[in-house]
Amino acid sequence: MNKRNQKNNRDAQPVAIIAAGNGDMGFIREVKERSGTDLSACFHCRCCAGGCPFVEAMDYSPHGIIRLAQLGMREEVLKSATIWTCVGCHTCSIACPMAIDMAAVMDALRGIAIESDAAIAEPDVLDFHREVLRSIERYGRTHKLEIMMRYKVKTRDWFTDMDVGLRMLAKRKLDLMPSKVRNTKDLKRMFRKNAEGGIP
Amino acid sequence: MSRSKRIPLSYFPGCSMATTAKENNRSLIEFCEQIGYDLIEVPDWNCCGSSSAHSVDAELAQDLAARNLTLAPRGRPLLAACPNCMLRLRGAQRHLAEDPDAQQRCEARWGRPVDPNLKLIHFFDLLAGADMKGLNKTSPGLKGLKFVPYYGCMLARPPAMRHEPNHHGLMEKILSDLGAEPRRWGYGARCCGTFLSVVRPDVVGAMVDAIFRNAAAAGADCLVTACAMCHMNLEVRSTLQNRIPVLHFSEALALAVGEGNGKDWFSRHLVDPRPMLRSARLIG
Ligand code: SF4
Ligand code: SF4
Repeated sequence: MNKRNQKNNRDAQPVAIIAAGNGDMGFIREVKERSGTDLSACFHCRCCAGGCPFVEAMDYSPHGIIRLAQLGMREEVLKSATIWTCVGCHTCSIACPMAIDMAAVMDALRGIAIESDAAIAEPDVLDFHREVLRSIERYGRTHKLEIMMRYKVKTRDWFTDMDVGLRMLAKRKLDLMPSKVRNTKDLKRMFRKNAEGGIP
Repeated sequence: MSRSKRIPLSYFPGCSMATTAKENNRSLIEFCEQIGYDLIEVPDWNCCGSSSAHSVDAELAQDLAARNLTLAPRGRPLLAACPNCMLRLRGAQRHLAEDPDAQQRCEARWGRPVDPNLKLIHFFDLLAGADMKGLNKTSPGLKGLKFVPYYGCMLARPPAMRHEPNHHGLMEKILSDLGAEPRRWGYGARCCGTFLSVVRPDVVGAMVDAIFRNAAAAGADCLVTACAMCHMNLEVRSTLQNRIPVLHFSEALALAVGEGNGKDWFSRHLVDPRPMLRSARLIG
């Protein structure tokens, strides 16, 4: 486990013990409405955590997030790294005896976190998603080279992956020009939702 | 196969196959042609949202997938090979079927009807019904190829889709019908890391290296992947000096029906599979 996660884990434990009791009991309902999943069905068998390929990169385990939500600890959930680290692979869903749709729960929690201006524990993940959406907004399809360049500008990390990028270019894996949707009106219609161009 | 028996299918390539994994796209189209299907690209299709749209904007994810459904001509099944695109398209179709208002809004927005009965078929659905043993008699086959199948997360589904067919073991079955030899291993359903490959290369790199090490320890000459994104993450993220190549499932299939020789697919791999294919006498 790297430094960053050790820190996350250290921070996480005492908080989870202190604040339970003055929880926000509307929170679990809000998550249910958005995700279509009833979190109160989870009885913490931990099958999800056992199979999750990224549990070690998370601060709370997947069912830990559910426990916090059951206790109404809205803020803890929304500022956790777990909701951004989860890739929605559904590995946990096939193991879960209660048919909890963890990927849908995490999608819902990220949505709530963005809307309520919660502190984003993994801003790089959100930056990456935003760059992908900007690319789709511009071209209707993802333009990988541009996404990577813009992500690098955003995170000011120029050197990680330079070699990978060059090898991909050499193998013609990164097209210089984007593949585009012709009907740009359709695209505008999809993204025309808020003042900043529709991207959350 | 005679002309009259050919079956036309609408085809949704998706961004990965249309760009970074062109070799996946071309080998798939050529293989399908060989077994009697003509793929007709959905006109002006858009990205299904990749792993990002549903992660941060549910409504946008639905819109992106639904627009593609309105573009597919009525009465002709729609084929996709990317597991994630298929998941998004199926999710959007289910949402429209469950919510008549959403269906109405969608049709009003795009000014086009959505065919509620549009049949969505994944490449694996197509293969599940095909008889490869018959094909084997007339085609070069894959004798001598030892492989491990890599499904990534494609066999895992959200609970709402748990009753849909699951093609566990399909790559092993089809490729061994064609003469290849599957090796047993425990890493075939590991997630490839999707976007964490970019954001947390440290985490994904270690995981991908374990996948390669275990594939080699199982005695495989190569991995065979079902998804273009898995293929890219495996190739790009491994930090091992010596590792076995990764073939797209469609490349293995195209090779088996004699479509692989002289193609520029293999030069697009980060780990060149040609020496391995030559020593297995699968290409000249
Ligand atoms: S597998 Fe399901 S029931 Fe068990 S802890 Fe995880 S979410 Fe809860
Ligand atoms: S969906 Fe998220 S929580 Fe579940 S196994 Fe995948 S990464 Fe882990």
